[in-house]
Amino acid sequence: MTPSSPALIGDILSRHSDEILSEWLALLRNRSDHRISARALEAQCAGLLQRLSEATSRASTTSLEDEAFGPVLDMIADVSRSRAAQGFSPSETAAFLFSLKEPLFARIAATDSGRFAGDIWTVGSLLDAVGLHMMDTFQREREDVILRQQSEISELSTPVVKLWQGVLALPLIGTLDSSRTQVVMENLLDSIVRYEADIAIIDITGVPTVDTLVAQHLLKTVAAARLMGADCIISGIRPQIAQTMVHLGVELNVVSKATLADAFALALRRLGRAVVTTRQPVLGAAPHAG
Amino acid sequence: MPGEHRGGMDRIAILKLGQALLVTIQVDMHDRLALALEEDLTTRIVDTSAKGVLIDISALEIVDSFIGRTLGSIATVARMLDAETVVVGMRPAVAITLVELGLSLPGVRTALNAERGMAMIQARVAADIAGNPFGEGMMDGADPDGTE
Repeated sequence: MTPSSPALIGDILSRHSDEILSEWLALLRNRSDHRISARALEAQCAGLLQRLSEATSRASTTSLEDEAFGPVLDMIADVSRSRAAQGFSPSETAAFLFSLKEPLFARIAATDSGRFAGDIWTVGSLLDAVGLHMMDTFQREREDVILRQQSEISELSTPVVKLWQGVLALPLIGTLDSSRTQVVMENLLDSIVRYEADIAIIDITGVPTVDTLVAQHLLKTVAAARLMGADCIISGIRPQIAQTMVHLGVELNVVSKATLADAFALALRRLGRAVVTTRQPVLGAAPHAG
Repeated sequence: MPGEHRGGMDRIAILKLGQALLVTIQVDMHDRLALALEEDLTTRIVDTSAKGVLIDISALEIVDSFIGRTLGSIATVARMLDAETVVVGMRPAVAITLVELGLSLPGVRTALNAERGMAMIQARVAADIAGNPFGEGMMDGADPDGTE
């Protein structure tokens, strides 16, 4: 079996373009959904067929390295990017291209050039290569989304809050890995300078697990804050986490308190301040003012 | 207060403020400078029987492990001579670097700025005087503005 020239595809596409397009669209419509309009789908199909036809009549091999395939690859990249943004699954995206095989193979079977196997091979290998390119772009687009979200999350979840003059709180939410620790540390140290803080409370209520690595990251942050002249208190160690830490042999050699409130009370005490009751609290719903 | 400079151009000035010695590092620290500082400081602590050493590194942008270790050993030597070292004004980037280098300077006290560091030393001196009959009257450089 010898592969046929890619011009064969260009030939089929130019001779039967309308039939292939309508058959392809019919196949796609069977599994169509509301995420993409029929007109947009038709425009994509027609555009791709047009570019495929031009490229295959000029190209010498089915390898995508051939510069004739440039417009095809650009179009495929656009399509898969928009599919990724619209939330299509990888198989749904791939099905868009691979459903083109059926009408193409039907034409090859009908012409009976005596080189059936070679023709099928040529069409198959070209469509497979284009399909892989499509998946690459799709994947890259999805990874970009994930990376973007990751950086947004790490920025969103590390605010430094001023509780009192000289007292900062850093409520940590989510897992602490090395890159997040870096962001957290920089944020905290910058805030210590900005607010001239004496005490920083690191609250880890929102940290799901504390293993040796996370503990190490916490201790680094505490050590860096101490170097700048601020004391750290760690608060919000949940009961299960405290047990796990002890079982793992993780030690936090810093002042730790069970809740943020306890830590805040300690911070105020160290600053020589106190919270006092000025009158008996009136509980229950307040009446209208007047 | 007039500073008492010591040594040539390649030395860091050490100022005496009451019972404290004040060092402000305004230039890039290189290894020889750091060693010279350690030596000068040790001599000055003995000469002046200082009770505290304030090292302001707010202008220091780059540290390496050698500088970090020198700061640590200055503190250890000073403690041996009954003076407490307070390092003040460390920049966030410098603090992160030192921690990443594994140098958390355990023997060194730290403060956010020179004012607070000086207050720490004054408190130490005051505590010393309260507990030591010979210390009375030796504190000639009283705190000009008092602590908060």
